Amino acid sequence: MWARAWRLGLRALVGGRRGFTCKADTKGSGRITAEVIEHLERLALVDFGSQEAVARLEKAIAFADRLRAVDTDGVEPMESVLEDRCLYLRSDHVIEGNCAEELLQNSHRVVEEYFVAPPGNISLPKLDEQEPFSHG
Amino acid sequence: MAAPMLRLCCPGRRWALACIDGCSRHRRGAPNGCTSSRKRGQSSVAQQPFITAQKPRKGEHEWAAVVGLEIHAQISSKSKLFSGSQVHFAAPPNSLVSFFDASLPGTLPVLNRRCVEAAVMTGLALNCRINKKSLFDRKHYFYADLPAGYQITQQRLPIAVNGSLVYSFCAGKNRSQVINKTARVKQIQLEQDSGKSLHDDLRSQTLIDLNRAGVGLLEVVLEPDMSCGEEAATAVRELQLILQALGTSQANMAEGQLRVDANISVHHPGEPLGVRTEVKNLNSARFLAKAIDYEIQRQINELENGGEILNETRSFDSKLGCTIPMRDKEGKQDYRFMPEPNLPPLLLYDTESLPAGADPQQVIDIDRIREQLPELPSVTREKLVQQYGMLPEHSFTLLNEVGLLEFFQNVMKETRAEPKKVTSWVLNTLLGFLKQQNLAVSESPVTPSALAELLNLLDRKAISSSAAKQNWKRFR
Repeated sequence: MWARAWRLGLRALVGGRRGFTCKADTKGSGRITAEVIEHLERLALVDFGSQEAVARLEKAIAFADRLRAVDTDGVEPMESVLEDRCLYLRSDHVIEGNCAEELLQNSHRVVEEYFVAPPGNISLPKLDEQEPFSHG
Repeated sequence: MAAPMLRLCCPGRRWALACIDGCSRHRRGAPNGCTSSRKRGQSSVAQQPFITAQKPRKGEHEWAAVVGLEIHAQISSKSKLFSGSQVHFAAPPNSLVSFFDASLPGTLPVLNRRCVEAAVMTGLALNCRINKKSLFDRKHYFYADLPAGYQITQQRLPIAVNGSLVYSFCAGKNRSQVINKTARVKQIQLEQDSGKSLHDDLRSQTLIDLNRAGVGLLEVVLEPDMSCGEEAATAVRELQLILQALGTSQANMAEGQLRVDANISVHHPGEPLGVRTEVKNLNSARFLAKAIDYEIQRQINELENGGEILNETRSFDSKLGCTIPMRDKEGKQDYRFMPEPNLPPLLLYDTESLPAGADPQQVIDIDRIREQLPELPSVTREKLVQQYGMLPEHSFTLLNEVGLLEFFQNVMKETRAEPKKVTSWVLNTLLGFLKQQNLAVSESPVTPSALAELLNLLDRKAISSSAAKQNWKRFR
């Protein structure tokens, strides 16, 4: 159930999806549930932080929703604002690289010219383990 | 040695037969190896083929398996897909990394022409429709070997779609019956490779080498038209041969240039398809068929015992001979696809649509590429059959063994002996000997010239057949 609300909301947010004609959707009450916030925070590692931020998100989605008022039947979606530009093709020669020392300087920890990372992805704590909007 | 293990004879002819007949219909039988335990040392791995041919019990359902493949082939190019750093297998860590590959802010992707040509060539060889316009997208997920946090791929509109991969294997009593099968190619897309992670469990850390990050990959997606491990392995082998013939990828599984993920599900014939699992990181030709067959049997057993199949990702543990769920891959991934904002659409042309006065370096002509396509393996095999009158299954063996075709052709150049004789000596005597000694063709102590000389003597009747065989032993 929340998944649909999320999809509705995210369609405007992400923007890159195919142009669905969304006239049939009526679920958009504009409220973003806690599950959606948790999902977004996990996926994008953004910190919504406070109720204010969520309200701002809801307003942004409502603003973008107004796009649906435009009738796009039979209109080809625009994939890219660069669609008139030429995609430059580079010839296959080696012209860069060999700067391991410089790159490794960016890393907090280094072992013998390797970057060091934790053993796996460290997941965000689950919803019930988090403190609700204590930060921000 | 990197000899492909997908020989057309599997250990025991009975296995090959069982597979052909029973490929689409699997019988109940316990997979050997692990049962429920995932801890090492607790399961004993028996040395038997995975699907034990038991007598079917009364009232038993038949099962059909479907296998789809996602094959990633590293493009054979000097530099990477979107940057000018070098593509090379063994090099000091992080020495082949540009600022773009390390995802430093302010860097932008610049598309490599050679990679586009490789994709078009492969698409044409697999009978695909080449999309004159294709698009690049970002696929987001977090992992330490993906510095940007996303991979540039072609999800919405890939460069080639709707092709077919024809593969054949030899069945029947003497493997003399050649069966042609087709796997549909759903699409071919260009995408970036990720870096390499070396897990250091002792110190609870992972070491990251970005040399491979950004290397161009061709992802070939095959529809679930295959029904068992052997079919899948044969299809992959044929794709390997095609890529090598085209020169678009060296497709060497041992060096990680060809990686396969399999999507496997089982169902009763006539009923809808079952839940599928994805088995990732099948990086060895030897274990490809084994892993797929194990997973098919595991799913059958699970369902027959009243369990259910989870839509999950698993990997193959070659030591235990079984598939295990992968960590970090629970639940369905949401990749938040979005168009790559830094790359305009990729436009390809043909002789008709080629804009006049265009810079040849900046345009790609599909027709030109089609004209210059090298000879494909199926054509090579056909020519061998026509030119030398050899049996089709012999042409398969000649192409399947690395270097054997060249060896054969070199012998043919220097000998007056009949092609059938040469074929027999190369495929039976030479190859049998090499297999016995576990040598690759390149390591053969017998050179083509030496064999040609021997055959000439035989042909002139200067020596008898038995003497020739004796002499052969002296080569070793």
